[in-house]
This record gives sequence, structure tokens and C-alpha cells, in this order.
Amino acid sequence: MRSFKEIFEQYSWDEIKKRIYAVTPEEVQHSLYKRKKTLADFLNLLSPAASTELETMARITQSTTQKRFGKTIQLYAPLYLSNECQNICTYCGFSMDNGIRRKTLNNIEILSETFALKEMGIEHVLLVSGEANKTVGIDYFLNAIQLLRPHFAHISIEVQPLSEEEYRALHEAGVHSVLVYQETYHQEVYQRYHPKGKKSNFSFRLETPDRIGQATMHKIGLGVLLGLEDWRVDSFFNALHIDYLQRQYWQTKYSVSFPRLRPAEGIIEPNFIMEDRELLQLICAYRIWNEDLELSVSTRENEAFRNHIIHLGATTMSAGSKTNPGGYSVDKQSLEQFETSDERSMEEIKKIIREAGYDPVMKDWEHYL
Amino acid sequence: MTNLTIADKPFSSRLFLGTGKFGNLEVMRQAIIACESELATMALKRINLQSEADRFLDALQISNVNLLPNTSGARTAEEAVLAAQLAREALETNWVKLEIHPDPRYLLPDPIETLKATETLANLGFIVMPYIHADPVLCKRLEEAGTAVVMPLGAPIGSNKGLRTQDFLEIIIEQSRVPVVVDAGIGAPSDAAKAMEIGADAVLVNTAIAVAQNPVQMAIAFKEAVKSGRRAYEAGLAMPHTEASASSPLTSFLLGE
Repeated sequence: MRSFKEIFEQYSWDEIKKRIYAVTPEEVQHSLYKRKKTLADFLNLLSPAASTELETMARITQSTTQKRFGKTIQLYAPLYLSNECQNICTYCGFSMDNGIRRKTLNNIEILSETFALKEMGIEHVLLVSGEANKTVGIDYFLNAIQLLRPHFAHISIEVQPLSEEEYRALHEAGVHSVLVYQETYHQEVYQRYHPKGKKSNFSFRLETPDRIGQATMHKIGLGVLLGLEDWRVDSFFNALHIDYLQRQYWQTKYSVSFPRLRPAEGIIEPNFIMEDRELLQLICAYRIWNEDLELSVSTRENEAFRNHIIHLGATTMSAGSKTNPGGYSVDKQSLEQFETSDERSMEEIKKIIREAGYDPVMKDWEHYL
Repeated sequence: MTNLTIADKPFSSRLFLGTGKFGNLEVMRQAIIACESELATMALKRINLQSEADRFLDALQISNVNLLPNTSGARTAEEAVLAAQLAREALETNWVKLEIHPDPRYLLPDPIETLKATETLANLGFIVMPYIHADPVLCKRLEEAGTAVVMPLGAPIGSNKGLRTQDFLEIIIEQSRVPVVVDAGIGAPSDAAKAMEIGADAVLVNTAIAVAQNPVQMAIAFKEAVKSGRRAYEAGLAMPHTEASASSPLTSFLLGE
């Protein structure tokens, strides 16, 4: 199978880094106003040189996003199925070496959480778990999806990397979209943060979107964990990945998320701090480069940032999120994966979106699609 | 001006509206009312057919406005046919706007799946309105399959680029036995007027109105443009001449001078 690995190996981290930091203001201008944008333009727009053009980038981002997506924001909420995990990820609250109480939802608990989400008006749900293949593997997911499917219009899943056959099975069971983040494209740094468990296999993770694409999934969500390495370089590689995938799996939609490292119990401080201004620059760079990417901003981000991002490129937002299994109804006190910064309820977020002149969309999918 | 008739239903307005992308459902409603459109499309995937009250559907309950469910999101004929059947059941309409785009980037219509779905749906008694490329041959094939109209694109959907496909639209209009509705790409009232001037039977507009700073005023601007374009067409628009024709140096010898 042809995969992204072949392309990835033609690039050097250090070379790309050098290029990003050598971008000139003239190159930024050129990229801002070119008609058809390429990856080289994305590189220019996420460079330090482009940071002085943020207002212009924001203006282009706003009009481009409105043209393609209208004045709408899609809303979803995560449903954490389990915090069991056999990986050691030194930044994650669910890390195996973290002595927390482990919890995996049973059927009754899954339905209880479902009804709590339905009360909030949720139609698009994102299923999340740690990586514990024996107890929370494909059979567990298929069972959960069977329970959930009658209740939601759109089901996404963010779990450990699976095989192509397993993705096919998920797709047939009613999953429309799979999210898998590379965390970082810097191989040595990746190894350092993921010393143990199945996740320590960098290449297997790198080729995961290919397997999802082969399984004809409707949507693939990508991203890097902002804070592990230099976000500019990591984001270039993430865009390179998307550029490859869009050509290879042309019937699939792509979305990008922007998980910035947030405090969680027992984890280390991020190595690289990404400021709000930089996150906005990155979001704008993605939008100006690629008009039809869905850009998703979660409750990791703070209220003020989220209030403004509604009209600055975001297409999708979560709201009222609980990041612990059972958090909505079953076991409100279990340990969360990360602290949410925006704790406002779904109703409050809808109100904010309307006040910004946008329409909050709860449902934009059907299960027969 | 003459009325437009689609499947025995007369329309006095030749402006059809798409309802996606509006930032506010009340503004959407006002825009539809203001432009006097009688046909509004809506994505089935945005409507909650299971619940009794749906905000989106409620906002579209306007007298004189017919709802045209579309199959947006479908990637195959099979999915689109299923969507149309569910719409018929839930919304009690046998009209359907067929949108099949396997390509999620530019939302370009799949001609093969669209032809297949049109055949099936026409046989099932649907009034089919397919969104297609400006492909004159495909239009004839769709006619044979029993389509009610053809809806060729002027430019990529949402692009506001105007009538990039004008040469092909003119061939389609020249040959068509069913109404031709120019769909997608119309970015300004002048584009809509142009489409009507070249003889399109109607236009469908969404992004240009929904994303305008003042959608209601923009809807009115489109209403006026569509009317004047149609009036010009019916009045017999003088075609532009590329050469002056004051004298006839090549043929004057025939006069025996």
C-alpha cells in the first residue's frame, strides 16, 4: 500500500524549520494575495514573518470561511467511554503510570450518558477512549456504537489507531468520522513522549489516516498536540499530511483540531508555549491555504478566545464538554483527561454564537448517508 | 412576463433560494419573503425528521413558498434515493433536488450517479431536479430519464464566480425540452440577470444572499435582476455585434455597382 510515510521521509524537520524561519515579508505578501494557494503558501503564512500580517490574515479568513461554510457553527460534544490506558504519554491524564481510578462505561452507563447528551440537544457525538485493546477494543466500540446509533445523527470516534478492517467495521456500524492526531511529527521527540505501549510505534500511527482512507470513512480529523514541539514545523507536516490525503482519498473530508497542551493531573509542563495570537495565526494559515478544511476548536480553549474564533475561521466547536468517563451523568467525579477552560453550557455557547451573528447548527448529517 | 411551469406547477417568480449558510434563521425567512421566491431548497440532513418541531423547518413555513428537499451529503445514487424516499414520507412532497457529490471539496456533482438516481426516482413518481455540470449531453440523457428540469452550474458552488460555463449553458438552453435552472456560482445580481438574458428559465441563489452584509436587501436586488433579465430576454435582446456594419465591402458587388 502506498502511504504517507514515503512522502514524509523525503522531508527533513530541520530543513523545514530553517525555511519557516527564513521567510521574508515579501514572500508573505505574495502568499496572502495569490489566487490558488499551495503548501508553500501555508509555510509562508505560519512563519514568524507573517505574524505582523495577522489582521489581514484574519480578514481573509473571515470572508473565505463565510463563503464556504456560511455564518454557521456546528456543535458537538465528546462522550468519554473509558480512561483505561496501556500507553505512557507523559502529557496525558490517562497515562498508564498515572495512579488514577480507572473507569470503563457499561451498556447502562453508555445509555445514561447518551440521554444526558440528548437533553443538551446533542446530535453530533464524539466517542473518546484511552488505549486498552483488551477491554476497550473493536468489539467494545462496535457494541457502544450499536447502542448509540439510534440516538445521534453523526458519530465520530477518537480512539487508538486501528487496522483497516476494523475501520471498515466501524464505518459499516455507523461511524462517519475518525480523529487521530499524530501528536508530533518529530520522530525523536515522539519517542521521548511515548516511551511505552503500542503508541510508541511512530510509523504505525503515521500510516493510520491511510488505513482510515482505505476504509472509505467520510471524514478524517488530524492535528498535532500543540506544545510538544515547535508548532510551526509540526503544523507544516500536518498540512503536508492533509495535502497528500486529499489527493489520495478524494472522497473523504478533512478536519483539523488544535489541541493545545492543557494542565492535567500528573503531567509535565508543555515544552513550547503557544500564545493565543499564535493559535489564531495558525487557524488563519490553514483557512487561507485550504478553503474547505473543517476547523474545530474545543473547550480546551478559554472563553474569550472561543468567543472570537466563531467568526475567525472555526467551523466546528464542542460545548458543555466533560472529559471524564461518565462525566455527564454516571460518575461526575472521575478523573478527566484534561481540564476544560470553557465550562459554559451548551445553551450559553449557542447564545454566544447567535450574538456573533452566526447560526448554531446541531444537526447536519443523517445516519443513512 | 410569462410564468414558469415545472411539472404542471406554475411559478411567478424565477428566483429559487438555497437556505444554507444563513447566520440567522429569522433573517433567512425575511430574505425569502422579501424576494418573493416560491421555491426554497433545504438540506434534509439539517432537519430533524424524528422530532415534532424543528427550528429550521419551522422558519421555512412561509405561505406561497414550496419546500424543495435536497439530498446534499449523498455520495451515491443509492443514498440519494433513500434520502428522497424519507423526505417524501416525512415532508409529504414528491419534489426532490438531487445533489450527489462524492467530492467534498468542490461539491462537484457526479454525473453517472445522478443519471442513475434520476432514472430510479422518476420511475418512483418523483419530480426530480438534478444539480449537474453544464454538460449538454448529460442534459439530454436526463430528459430521457424523466427529469423535470436540469440545474447546470454556472461555476463551482459557493464560489460567487458567475457564469463561467456560459458557452455550455447556451447550448443547454438551446437544446432543452425541460426548464433550465442555473444553479451554483451566481455571485452577484448581474450574474443572475445575465443567466436570464441568455434564456435560462430560472436561477437558484444561496451564498451570495446568505453571506451578504444585508441578506434581505441582497435578496431584493436579486429579485429585481432576475425580473429585468427575464424581461429583456422576452423582449428580444439585441445581440452584440463584434464588427461595424455600416457598409458591405465584401458583398456590395452583388448590387451590380
